[in-house]
Amino acid sequence: MKYKSQAVAMPYFIAAIGLFVGQILFGLVLGLQYVVGDFLFPSIPFNIARMVHTNLLIVWLLFGFMGSAYYLVPEEAETELYSPKLALGLFWIFLAAGALTILGYLFVDYNTLASATGNDILATMGREFLEQPLLTKIGIVVVALAFLFNISMTMLKGRKTVINIVLLLGLWGLAVFFLFSFYNPTNLVMDKFYWWWVVHLWVEGVWELIMAALLAFVLIKVTGVDREVIEKWLYVIITLALVTGIIGTGHHYFWIGTPAYWQWWGSIFSALEPIPFFAMTVFAFNMVNRRRREHPNRAAVLWALGTGVMAFLGAGVWGFLHTLAPVNYYTHGSQITAAHGHMAFYGAYVMVVITIMSYAMPILRGRQANSNKAQVVEMWSFWIMTISMVFITLFLTGAGILQVWLQRVSEDPMPFMMVQDQIALFYWMRLWSGVGFATGLVLYVVSFFIKGKEPEAAAA
Amino acid sequence: MSGTFTKAMARNVFYGGTVFFFLLFLALTFDSMQGLPKTDNRAAITPAVAAGKHVWETRNCLGCHTLLGEGAYYAPELGNVYVRRGPEFIKAWMQSMPTNTPGRRQMPQFNLTEKELDDLVEFLKYTSGIDTQNWPPNIEG
Ligand code: HEC
Ligand code: HEM
Ligand code: HEM
Ligand SMILES: [Fe+2]
Repeated sequence: MKYKSQAVAMPYFIAAIGLFVGQILFGLVLGLQYVVGDFLFPSIPFNIARMVHTNLLIVWLLFGFMGSAYYLVPEEAETELYSPKLALGLFWIFLAAGALTILGYLFVDYNTLASATGNDILATMGREFLEQPLLTKIGIVVVALAFLFNISMTMLKGRKTVINIVLLLGLWGLAVFFLFSFYNPTNLVMDKFYWWWVVHLWVEGVWELIMAALLAFVLIKVTGVDREVIEKWLYVIITLALVTGIIGTGHHYFWIGTPAYWQWWGSIFSALEPIPFFAMTVFAFNMVNRRRREHPNRAAVLWALGTGVMAFLGAGVWGFLHTLAPVNYYTHGSQITAAHGHMAFYGAYVMVVITIMSYAMPILRGRQANSNKAQVVEMWSFWIMTISMVFITLFLTGAGILQVWLQRVSEDPMPFMMVQDQIALFYWMRLWSGVGFATGLVLYVVSFFIKGKEPEAAAA
Repeated sequence: MSGTFTKAMARNVFYGGTVFFFLLFLALTFDSMQGLPKTDNRAAITPAVAAGKHVWETRNCLGCHTLLGEGAYYAPELGNVYVRRGPEFIKAWMQSMPTNTPGRRQMPQFNLTEKELDDLVEFLKYTSGIDTQNWPPNIEG
């Protein structure tokens, strides 16, 4: 660790991993409820478990992003963090707000929770991913602004590297677009239109800046490749991301009551969205091949390369699969969407956060890299989680193709619930793959507790 | 990448490209907002529809169902349920939940008042009138 204040990243990473475990537990509950419909009913209905699953995902990724920024920004700026105290205070506030919100979902009736937290004054709840009570949403904005203040001040008093600038642009964008979660008109079409300004412009816009910056940072560190080269790549990647991704929002404006011309704009621009993801894969492999040194942390290199590949598969390939309007007409809101959502979120944002944790955690704990034994376990967890996610995606894709066929394409369409019965076998296999994923995650956690001698850095 | 394409050029292309396409997106948004009255069925929005949307949101129906194809994929599409089933069915359905059929997916009992049920039906009626370019492909959603 170059700067003392980087240590504040540690609690953020630990919280991220803890919440990740919770997210996957609820994923398993959901997977089981898909096939055993009355499992845990009525104590935890499906919608509640789903809310916990998805909101934990978002919250732990935010913890991961913030932790990464606290680690990375001082090192890039070559100065101590503006205020480590503020960072630590925000950590506890965010953790408490997050925990209270999740407990609220689980133990308070949603309607009661809504009226108790000001939803009658400004109704923002009950929309996918934005289910948080008004108070939590305000809390998120306050924490985000204080966090941005802290790291922006850090950058301003130090070196303004390209990585820092791009990361900050992404994080500021994240906060700005979140503000659209407060806009919820009665007009359903407008509600949906601007809802995507949060969801799409996050994952296919500003978050890509965050992802590319984090990846670039780790690649500089583990490969020793010249900063000039990496920074040029970084600009090219984020240009491609925003040029395609902003108007690519149109792939959500096909069938929600918006003008028909979006079928053209959305299809054409979003069809180009895989390009930045492909560029990231090429970037990662290229830099590792041109490495000037053998970094002792091989696990971090593996995660970095894995991020490139899996983000391209999940976002690029599975995104392209259903993004053209004539295809999306049939697949919209089916299990195909769920297949894509899982692999894309895992491959891009889960994996990039794990990449930087894998690189930074050993250093935060006072060593260049973990022992060989610990790294081997971590690499096993990489393969088990990643392969399980591939299977989850494949089974959901199978379920989706059959669903679309039976319910939407065939001459004699079947009702939704009857179709679900027909494809239950795929849901069972998804559930078993999920158990595999959970096993990999346990192994990942275990890898933090394995001791042993720090490996030597080998010369290239 | 070759030496002629410098980092400064890459940076300028980034800022220029982003600003250009964001402005284009804003222009398209502006045009969409002008065109919406033709497709979004706003003429049908009444106080009952607004109240119905509130019921819809505060019970988190979207956590199991899709509405115009967005939401969760656990239970039937409801954007067109007004056409598929009609108002009386919907109200009776809401009142008779859960089915308690062993092993079958369950929908909770929300104990809605008569007025809340009517509002909800009004909201679903308004939704079914939105011009969705003929989506879903058929009545099953
Ligand atoms: C916990 C999940 C869950 C929640 C929350 C939920 N539903 Fe359902 N709903 C279901 C399931 C599952 C079915 C299919 C049940 C069956 O066929 O046995 C269903 C069926 C329906 C149907 C019948 C559809 C048809 O075509 O036959 C209507 C109407 C409906 N729900 C309305 C609502 C409304 C309105 C809300 C919110 C107030 C809501 N649901 C909340 C799970 C849920
Ligand atoms: C890392 C980047 C990405 C992530 C995390 C992501 C995630 C998601 C998620 C979670 C959904 C479901 C939203 C909902 O619940 O309604 C979704 C929908 C969609 N995504 Fe992505 N996505 C990414 C990139 C892409 C790309 C690059 C494309 C196109 C090439 C794409 C195409 C689509 C389409 C067309 C839908 C709508 C599906 C439908 O009609 O139901 N996505 N995405
Ligand atoms: C890191 C791993 C995971 C990520 C990133 C993830 C992400 C997501 C996201 C973004 C959604 C909402 C969008 C959608 O409906 O597709 C979702 C829903 C869901 N997830 Fe996961 N998930 C993960 C692991 C799991 C596991 C292991 C299981 C179960 C075995 C699971 C089961 C589900 C189910 C059943 C839904 C609800 C789908 C529906 O709406 O019908 N998830 N998850
Ligand atoms: Fe999108």
